[in-house]
Amino acid sequence: MERKVVDVQDVVIRFTGDSGDGMQLTGTLFADASALYGNEISTFPDYPAEIRAPQGTVSGVSGFQVHIGQKDVKTPGDLADVLVSMNPAALMANAKFAKPGGSIILDQDSFDEQGLEKAGFKTLDPIEELNLKDYNVIWAPITSLTKESLKESGMDMKSIIRCKNIFTLGMCYFMFGRPLHFTEEYLKKKFAKKPNLIEPNIKVLNDGYNYAHNTHAIGNTYTIAPAKVEKGVYRSINGNQATAWGLIAAAEKSGRPMFVGSYPITPATAILEELAIHKNLNVKTMQCEDEISGICTSIGAAYAGNMAVTTTSGPGLSLKSEALGLAFIAELPLVIVDVQRSGPSTGIPTKTEQTDLAQALYGRNGECPVMVMAARTPSDCFRAAFYAAKYAMEHMMPVIFLSEGYLGNGSEPWKIPSMSDYTAINPPIITECNGKFRPFERDPKTFVRHWAIPGTPGLEHRVGGLEKTPGGAVSSDPEVHEMMVKNRAEKLRKLSEVIPPLEVIGKEKGDVLLVGWGGTYGHLYTAVNQLLDEGMKVGFAQFDYINPLPKNTAEIFKNYKKILVCELNSGQFADYLRAKLPEFKYQQFNKVQGQPFMVHEIVEAVKNLK
Amino acid sequence: MKYTQQDFKSDQIVKWCPGCGDHAILAAVLRAMPEICEKTGMTKEQFVFVSGIGCSSRFPYYMNTYGFHGIHGRAGALATGMKVANPNLSVWQMTGDGDALAIGGNHFIHEIRRNIDVNIILFNNRIYGLTKGQYSPTSKFGMVTKTSPYGTVEYPFTPGELVLGARGTFFARSLDSELALNQEIMVRAALHKGTSVMEMLVNCMIYNNGTHADISDREVRADRTIILRDGEPMIFGKNKDKGIVLDGLSLKVVKIGENGFTEKNILVHDSKSDNFGIHSMLVDMKGPDFPVALGVIRDVADKTYDESLHKQVAEVKEKAKIHSMDELLHSGATWTVE
Repeated sequence: MERKVVDVQDVVIRFTGDSGDGMQLTGTLFADASALYGNEISTFPDYPAEIRAPQGTVSGVSGFQVHIGQKDVKTPGDLADVLVSMNPAALMANAKFAKPGGSIILDQDSFDEQGLEKAGFKTLDPIEELNLKDYNVIWAPITSLTKESLKESGMDMKSIIRCKNIFTLGMCYFMFGRPLHFTEEYLKKKFAKKPNLIEPNIKVLNDGYNYAHNTHAIGNTYTIAPAKVEKGVYRSINGNQATAWGLIAAAEKSGRPMFVGSYPITPATAILEELAIHKNLNVKTMQCEDEISGICTSIGAAYAGNMAVTTTSGPGLSLKSEALGLAFIAELPLVIVDVQRSGPSTGIPTKTEQTDLAQALYGRNGECPVMVMAARTPSDCFRAAFYAAKYAMEHMMPVIFLSEGYLGNGSEPWKIPSMSDYTAINPPIITECNGKFRPFERDPKTFVRHWAIPGTPGLEHRVGGLEKTPGGAVSSDPEVHEMMVKNRAEKLRKLSEVIPPLEVIGKEKGDVLLVGWGGTYGHLYTAVNQLLDEGMKVGFAQFDYINPLPKNTAEIFKNYKKILVCELNSGQFADYLRAKLPEFKYQQFNKVQGQPFMVHEIVEAVKNLK
Repeated sequence: MKYTQQDFKSDQIVKWCPGCGDHAILAAVLRAMPEICEKTGMTKEQFVFVSGIGCSSRFPYYMNTYGFHGIHGRAGALATGMKVANPNLSVWQMTGDGDALAIGGNHFIHEIRRNIDVNIILFNNRIYGLTKGQYSPTSKFGMVTKTSPYGTVEYPFTPGELVLGARGTFFARSLDSELALNQEIMVRAALHKGTSVMEMLVNCMIYNNGTHADISDREVRADRTIILRDGEPMIFGKNKDKGIVLDGLSLKVVKIGENGFTEKNILVHDSKSDNFGIHSMLVDMKGPDFPVALGVIRDVADKTYDESLHKQVAEVKEKAKIHSMDELLHSGATWTVE
């Protein structure tokens, strides 16, 4: 076979194997090397809830998809140009994600009778059985070549076999013209304390590269030229890390020490873990006894004058509901981060969804509207977390930041911002007053009350869950209650004047407006650009703020004949828009599979609109 | 600064039922506050009274200090957050047997386990008063209430056992009417570093009148209770003729002057002792064989969570190479696009 080097705009690679095969690491290393090489990247880890499910079974398959390209890489890609499957189960579970005509790299050694049977194959010919004849299937004896490569390394057999992912990585580096030195540097750092592992890992990486070079099984190789990206200093960041950092940034800007009360829950745990590291930046973290304690310790800390945060995922938000009402009626600043996952109940903990929107908007007793906001991409979680904290503190209210498993676990290169570009945060702290302090007296313009911090002489006051007068006395007076209900809602509504207006990507007037919120941004953005390229008159509006809605929402909606609300639930945002802006007709495109959208699904949905 | 009771009294009308034991606890707290300020050097604005839900949880409104009336069961978590956020505050948690031991049980035990430096007054009237008379986790077995018309079929907690089981460093018990003793206990609690639990046996006139009468009635109190004070022998009784001795691995009540027992044989109380076993046995004493122990039973020193965390933060800050967000943003692997 004659081998050609093909220039491509972008390519999608999906690494799959047993959850112990190191596929998350392989994918991350490939992505990092590509980012360092200058490509745009987007990644999507797709892993099972079980830490080590039975080896070789479909339930234990772990995957990591990487999309690399020259420009406009906004999603991890729909289908993989190259699927790497380390065992039959991985192929069984992931063949559906391979692009027809694409390449499939298989570890030949694992495709024995036993392996095939464990994976649920009925025959000994997986290619025939899964109807993969039109794919370029590359059979590589990865396990035995890894053993051969490291036979003189002095490592034990188990450790040698564990290196097969690095061998595979070497093969992929050859196929996509990636330089090896980024990963070699990484290995040197990683094994700095176990120097005897550095050489074998570098050797097996190079042997994989050379094997791919020498074997004729691999057809064309690809080059993806470095992207023409904005000048600056970049780093790779995932959404949970960006969330943690955005919060630290807000603490620094506000001058308030941060308190974080949280309970471990997938997929939000990494935020607590990340914050726990940075005690040097005025962060106190507390791993609480439960979710309720997570939010209540934070409310206590907010009363005591700290920037208070609690992080969780859907079921945890349910447990925090009552206390969220307390923070709301006491009018204390609090950031609640919900990294959404598939529900209801325990659902599919490791899979992404946007199904907590209704819970965030309505899930409390009494009239209790809170600010709800979202992030577009993993790195955008930094902005979202920063502003969640800013609005919470400046407006003395709880703010829910709805992240998603897709954002939290996904990573992308990020142009490092300068803190001098970020706005100031000025909490309404009061240090003295004439006469008796009235805790629920409001600023007439913003309706924001003062933050009087215990320890301040002369401002002693009581807050709590009972309805109160502006002066702070407990009251069950009907008029007082109604006034307070209205004032608290009005305070939130007034924020629509403060948040950025809604913007449109694509046509400012046209046939169809795509509407989205949260982590579907990349897919909708890509879809809308495809549709524009095809000459369709479409626009796309991304909602970073859901409650309140940007004030120009109706102005934008009226410029389109049809509005298509796309979300990873059964239509929660669409229903909310119907209630808020009933003058428009909303059509829906929904998916509730624990998986992100695929761009082509959205494109087809728009084309099929009636 | 010299304070009087009046400085701590709010302008709110106290709304507990006439004769409720909570009034007496409020009186003791008001009496204790100036003394606490004198002994600790704290000022009024450093005090926060925090509560959950229940009759006793109305307490913060009656204090002219910072206060937080929380939600049911969560006083412990709120208090924890306040103290950890700002260790310079003196945090007082007002809670009842339902609030702390039923709905808030998890926060209660973990607050004690972590040894958060909070002072907890546990108002134990063995009933749900605010919801008008349902049994609580401290109601006696078989008690007839609105939700147990045929009697309960569950055993109550002994709060002191729970406190010690959760690694409690301070536990005191008293009766609502023991005003002077209660003031003494509250001052001790304020001086103790760590979670101080003060179980106050309070009477509910309306739904559980006389629940503690078997030990609190004037005629029997001296014989059925014993006030423990450090360095003093454990002697009790109307005629000061009964004492507690160690008999093998158990406690025993003896009559002084009988069977060769003299005052010298009587145990001397030591709340600061590491002897968990003795404290545990004292907590457990009950009639008819034993008097119920009142006073500070246990007061041992240990690290507090709030102090340890702030110490850790300071240590990390000192060693850290990163001191600002900008430095953090540029830490680790970065690359430059020219």
